[in-house]
Amino acid sequence: MTDRTTTVPDRATTVPPRPGLPRRLARRPAAVFAVGWLVLLTLATTGSALLTSHGPLEQDLDRVLAGPSGRHPLGTDTLGRDLLSRLLFGGRSTLFAVAEALAVYLVVGVGLGLAAGYLGGRVDRLITRAADLMFALPGIIIVLVVLSVFPGNLHAAMVTFGVLGSPGLIRILRAQTLGVREELYVAAARVAGLSRSAILRRHVLPRLASTVIVQAALFAAIVVTVQAGLGFLGLGAQPPDPSWGGLVADASQAIDRDPWMLVPAGVPLVITVVALGLLGDAVRDAAVENWSATPSSRRSPAAGPHAARAAAPTAPADPPDPAALLSVRGLSIAIGGAAVVQEVSFDVRAGETLGVVGESGCGKSVTSLGVLGLIPGGGRITGGRVVFDGVDLVAAAGATGASAASAARARVRGTGIAYVSQEPMVALDPTFAVGRQLAEAVRTHRGGTRRAARDRVLELLAMVNIPDPAAVARRYPHQLSGGMAQRVAIALALAGDPRLLVADEPTTALDVTVQAEVLTLLRTLQERTGMAVLIVTHDWGVVADLCHRAVVMYAGQVVERAEVEQLFALPLHPYTAGLLAANPHRAVLGRALPTIPGTVPPPGDRPPGCRFAARCPLADERCTAAPVALTEPAPDRITRCVRSAQLLLEAERR
Amino acid sequence: MAILRLVARRLLSSAPLLFLVSGLTFVLVSLVPGDPARTIVGQHATAEQYASVRAQLGLDEPLIEQYWHWLAKACHGDLGSSLFSGEPVTALLGSRLPVSLSLVVAGTAVSGVLGVALGLASARRGGLLVRAVDGLSLLGLAVPAFWFALVLIALFAVELPWFPVTGYVPLLDDPGEWARSMVLPVVSLSLGAVAIIAKQTRDSVLDTLGRDFVRVLEANGFRPRSVLYRHVLRNAALPVVTVLGVVLVSLLAAAVFVETVFAMPGLGSLTQQATVQHDIPVIQGAVLYITVLVVLVNLLVDLAYGRLDPRVRAS
Repeated sequence: MTDRTTTVPDRATTVPPRPGLPRRLARRPAAVFAVGWLVLLTLATTGSALLTSHGPLEQDLDRVLAGPSGRHPLGTDTLGRDLLSRLLFGGRSTLFAVAEALAVYLVVGVGLGLAAGYLGGRVDRLITRAADLMFALPGIIIVLVVLSVFPGNLHAAMVTFGVLGSPGLIRILRAQTLGVREELYVAAARVAGLSRSAILRRHVLPRLASTVIVQAALFAAIVVTVQAGLGFLGLGAQPPDPSWGGLVADASQAIDRDPWMLVPAGVPLVITVVALGLLGDAVRDAAVENWSATPSSRRSPAAGPHAARAAAPTAPADPPDPAALLSVRGLSIAIGGAAVVQEVSFDVRAGETLGVVGESGCGKSVTSLGVLGLIPGGGRITGGRVVFDGVDLVAAAGATGASAASAARARVRGTGIAYVSQEPMVALDPTFAVGRQLAEAVRTHRGGTRRAARDRVLELLAMVNIPDPAAVARRYPHQLSGGMAQRVAIALALAGDPRLLVADEPTTALDVTVQAEVLTLLRTLQERTGMAVLIVTHDWGVVADLCHRAVVMYAGQVVERAEVEQLFALPLHPYTAGLLAANPHRAVLGRALPTIPGTVPPPGDRPPGCRFAARCPLADERCTAAPVALTEPAPDRITRCVRSAQLLLEAERR
Repeated sequence: MAILRLVARRLLSSAPLLFLVSGLTFVLVSLVPGDPARTIVGQHATAEQYASVRAQLGLDEPLIEQYWHWLAKACHGDLGSSLFSGEPVTALLGSRLPVSLSLVVAGTAVSGVLGVALGLASARRGGLLVRAVDGLSLLGLAVPAFWFALVLIALFAVELPWFPVTGYVPLLDDPGEWARSMVLPVVSLSLGAVAIIAKQTRDSVLDTLGRDFVRVLEANGFRPRSVLYRHVLRNAALPVVTVLGVVLVSLLAAAVFVETVFAMPGLGSLTQQATVQHDIPVIQGAVLYITVLVVLVNLLVDLAYGRLDPRVRAS
């Protein structure tokens, strides 16, 4: 009863119940084979006297090195002894050795691993240091020393090997225990006053069980080969006693007369180790499957209906702008089966700046990468066109023109379209000096000598206002500040004299003061080079500062597109209006900054009607009934709202 | 200078390992049943004779002092003499070292080149190659080097007389024969190592391919070839180098078996013989040599790390 009361409260905080490991393993053929073989082997070796009519030492000098026959299923050795019998009797010592070494390995490994991870502090440091020291030793050599001191004592050898193997287990369990220790239900159990050993036994150990099984299986596999190896070296069971390693040694003596003997001597050994390896893999996979089962099953059914919904009406003809440098039409992108970006269209004219605005999770960054044909996370473009300078960069994979499109993309990257990413600190190869990366970009795009490239690199660094270009060129990315790294990343993008720069939130990761500098830099660079800029941002200040026109995205769709001044003066979508109202630059002193209630629906969970309806102050039944199409209520104004005409009227009346 | 400091620091920090191993060996050896002094003087010696031999061998001192003397002598290159052949241990080990080193270095080189190539290919192509690498790593774990070596001998030395069955020809005697005598040992040594390196390379390359800078370089028009072979491979190399170090050490251990099978006069087969013959000074010396090699390998790994990763170099 007392036990009941302690387990009930923490059950509530424990992970939900799951199908047992044995049942999950039973579904894997490899695991079934592995367990089957190991059980069979154990039964056959323990009951070996029943299975063969020959004793392992029984010689028959008339039949030496005989092949398999009814009398001797696996043949005989150089003294005419039955190989099956020797194999089965020899297997006993193998199983016994594995049991010994494994027991020591588990006691030392689990004990010290848990202690180091759970107790921490000085105990942890001591154990970790000792484990590191032991980890560096080649175990076999130490075992040989032990065997030279205790000749033929396989028990001593196996105990030693168990100890020498344990540092691997200690390290892994320590790391995992550290993680589990911090979890809520363990903390709750601590607060509830459960004793340390009870917590370890009831809450920590069960979580480590599959890891321990995996490691134990792997270690057992190694012990089997090591035990056989010692037998082979003549350091295990002494002749004439049978052992697996001894069988291989016997086979090596007869290798020129009868190579067959190698097969019965080695194949069972190999199968046993394979079985242990497969068992370990299967347990690991089953454990992984268990942890990841829920999210993946939730994701897949979402793909179907949403892919179909992508075919929602796109009302205005919206022809590509003939003056545009970049024309994106109906671009749709799926990642992991989920439609992340749907039917996005916009143009960027030569020399102009277009802002792509929206909250996180609206598909802005994915759209910008889609322009370059570089979708992260194994995603792909499922439809639409990306026309740069008259050349289509998108063609469905496998379709005719796919290789032409990929060749066109390769040609355009760097010289036509360049790219600056969000996180400057990870945007450069950390293993090359800045100057070398820039020089590679220069030489890739322009050719020329090393010297010319070096001069150009210094020129580029000066262009992005780097104070001492020669010194910075010699530095590595980790030696740069965030703002400096972003300038270098911009210099890298400029190396090919691009006509369009795609900048994905180039200032988000930077300090406020540095943000302004980088924005100013982008504007001056644009004025100097005349390149167009497509900038992804959630900051209206950036839009107001830099952009001529803006595209507002919500939940993977374009919801509004207009010139920036008109957009600020007269938003024609409630989402745009909400975002503008929430703009901290417009905050009024003493009054709370308005926010849009709710969050952006994730790709798998988007409503069939207007995706913003749930958060929209103006929503009514028209909004949730069916997908809302884009309309053009005024010249050069595109919006996806059923009330756009009304919004326009109200605004004009004001 | 920075490099020298790093080397000095690493060598100092490996001192505990050397003490641990040599001390452990010493303690173990002191447990040997039987009395070496008695063995030397024989059953009929007087008590004085016995005592003087004991004193001569230092056996009348406490263990810690015996260890200290052994260590002091070891530092001067005196590891005693083989109980079996009477040869000085350092001379014996010195003559065996080149054989083992050439075997292990060749094994690491072969498995490194094959493993990285296989891992890179399976990271890029996926599909069948991935399964092949997985299968190979299971086989590498399961097929013991000594049995694999015998299978190779049966096939390629007995059945098809392409390579010598056993034996070792020194490189300087006849380079061609040396190479021929090395093929089967190196192949049997490399099977497991290729798989381990291929798997690590694949995981590491896939991991690097997902990093931001790769997308930035691609987006800015770096040649795909350069992105893969210069930038991705170099970044992916760090964990692979660690594994290479581990492989080198494990090959030192596996060499015990392979040298025995092929009757090569290396450190490994010497250790095996000494174990069978209970030739304690030789074992102590061999363990010390192998530990020093492990320390040197770890030092090399650290230096390679420094060359590959500027962040390590700085710290």
